This record gives sequence, C-alpha cells and structure tokens, in this order.
Amino acid sequence: MTIKSIRLWLWGAVAALALTAIVAAVLLRQPEQTGFGRGSYNLIDQNGQPVDQTVFVGHPTALFFGFTHCPEVCPTTMAEMASWFEQLGDEGQDLRAYFVSIDPQRDTPEVLGDYVSWVSDRITGVTGTPEEIAKIAKAWGVYYARVDLGGDDYTMDHTASVFLLDASGEFQGTIAYREDQATALGKLRNLLAKS
Amino acid sequence: MIRFLRAAFAASFLLVAPAFAQDHDGTIHHADLNLSAPFTRATLPNAPVGGGFLSIQNAGADADRLVSASSPAAAMVQIHEMAMEGDVMKMRQLADGLELPPGETVTLAPGGFHLMFMGLTQAFVEGETVPVTLVFEKAGPVELDLPVMSAAADAAHTMSH
Ligand SMILES: [Cu+2]
Repeated sequence: MTIKSIRLWLWGAVAALALTAIVAAVLLRQPEQTGFGRGSYNLIDQNGQPVDQTVFVGHPTALFFGFTHCPEVCPTTMAEMASWFEQLGDEGQDLRAYFVSIDPQRDTPEVLGDYVSWVSDRITGVTGTPEEIAKIAKAWGVYYARVDLGGDDYTMDHTASVFLLDASGEFQGTIAYREDQATALGKLRNLLAKS
Repeated sequence: MIRFLRAAFAASFLLVAPAFAQDHDGTIHHADLNLSAPFTRATLPNAPVGGGFLSIQNAGADADRLVSASSPAAAMVQIHEMAMEGDVMKMRQLADGLELPPGETVTLAPGGFHLMFMGLTQAFVEGETVPVTLVFEKAGPVELDLPVMSAAADAAHTMSH
C-alpha cells in the first residue's frame, strides 16, 4: 500500500465518519422535531428561569395548559392536582407538574408563582412570549382562543385535559377534565410504575 | 313626638328588613322565584375571577329572566355559560341574561351556567360568604349571600365520604 493510497483511504474514512455523524445527528434530532408532544420552544418559569422541551425528561410529568383568569376549569384542575399530590404522598415523589399559561399577556411569572405554589412545591408555572407559547401548544395539539367579554375583558377557551408524560418525556395518555379521582390516581400510579 | 319616633322606627325597620322570605333550608322566596343552594368556591392565590352558583325555580305562570348581577366583592359580575366541546372548555357571556321558563328550575352549576365574578376586590375564602345582588326582569332585584366552599366544590353542601 502506497502512502498515497493510505492517505486516500484515511480521507475516505474521515468522510464516512462525518457522514455517520451527520446521519446520527439528524436521526437523533428527528424525534424532538416531529411526533406528538415534540417541538422546541424557549419559555420561562415563575422564577424567570428558562424552560424548554428538555424539562420533561428525567421524571414523570403531568402537564396542563390554562390561565389564572379561568373561572372554573383551571382552579378545579389545580385543586384536583393538589389532592393527587396529597393522595400519592411519597409514592408520587418523582412526579412533576407543569401549568403552562395560554394567556401569557396577563400571566406574568409573578402572577403564576403564587397561583401554582398553592397546588404543590412540585408544580412549575410556565409562561413566555405569545409566539413561544404557540409553539408548545402546537406541539401538544392544545387549542386556545380569546373570547371577548366587553371592555378590555376577555376569557380563553382552551383544551382542559392533563397530559401524562413518562420519564423520557414520551406522551402516555391524558386525564380528562373532572375525571373520577380513583381513575386519575390509577393512571398516575401506572405512570410512576413505568417511569 | 313619640308617635313620630315610633313611625320612624317602624320605617327604619322596613328599610333593613329583607324583602324576601327565607325557609329553614335556606331557600329564598322572591316573588315567584325560589332561590336555593347558593355557593361559590374558594379562589386560588392571584385568581382574579370566581364563579357563583345556585338553583332558581320559577314557580310563576310567566317566564322571567335573570338579567344582571353585581357584588361589592367584584368589579363586575357577568352571566356565563360554560360547555365542554370534546376536551375543550368554551365559555360565553349570556348578553341577554338567562331565561327562566315558568314551572322550571334552572340550575347554575359548575360545568354550565354560572355567575362570573370578575376583578375580585378580595380573595374568596372558604367558610366566608360573598354577597351578590341578582336582578330579574319581572321579580326585580334580590340580595343574597353565597357561602364559599372549597376550591373544587360541586355543590353547596359537600357530601361526607
Ligand atoms: Cu381554564
């Protein structure tokens, strides 16, 4: 084998490695870009800390989209969530909950902080720019729309289900609005057992 | 003079006396309307809105209408309808109020018709009451207190488990 052919072979190897790396990167990135619940977004939590798609990895998650001006569905779901955490006790230690505002204009980190802390110290309030909120809502197929109430007042129509994600951030199912507590707890225990 | 004082006393009594009769079970009889089981729910921190619920029976022969509501506890009280469409919560203001057909009971309950307290002047605290004035097209205004139940209460009296 001549020096020239070795050099050629080495260059070929470099090219093959580079190609493999590119293909691997594309393949590894793929699941983050497509599929239910997949997307990328830059949001903030109630303490102003950055939140992106990676926060759902590492623990099972209950994810809810709502707004603090919500008269019924959101406070009810928050109260139910509080009782889930209470009922699960230590068993639910790994569970994290997220309340993502679909009304970011009014739901500042400060407003969200007290609102979600009422539920548990394991719930995070999430807000951000309307554009970034639109991205996370789109990823989860969440519907929301502004409904005017006269004057400057408005309310929001929105998807009311709680999404359940396993520790790898994969979607596992939902808890419907006002789902029976025993059923909801069963789903959460299932999720915790799998994670 | 004594007669005058007595008349004044009687008049003042008339002014403060409630304009409705109330049953042992708390049902308020207001003209042809029977208002029962009123309640609201404790609000979460920073929640600027709250819902009000009750049953309104129209025992009269004519239709009436709940046209408006107000409360010192809120900047505004609106009459709303909530409905679930699939997994989406939708809410609408009933700009023309809520129809009360004769002989029927219309229930304002979680998941359906409700009073929406907007711009709360104070948090609703479980165990306290929230005053509200309801205005009916025919029966006129009536004032009542909504007992504040837990944040996810479904009814005025929670069942014991
Ligand atoms: Cu809501």
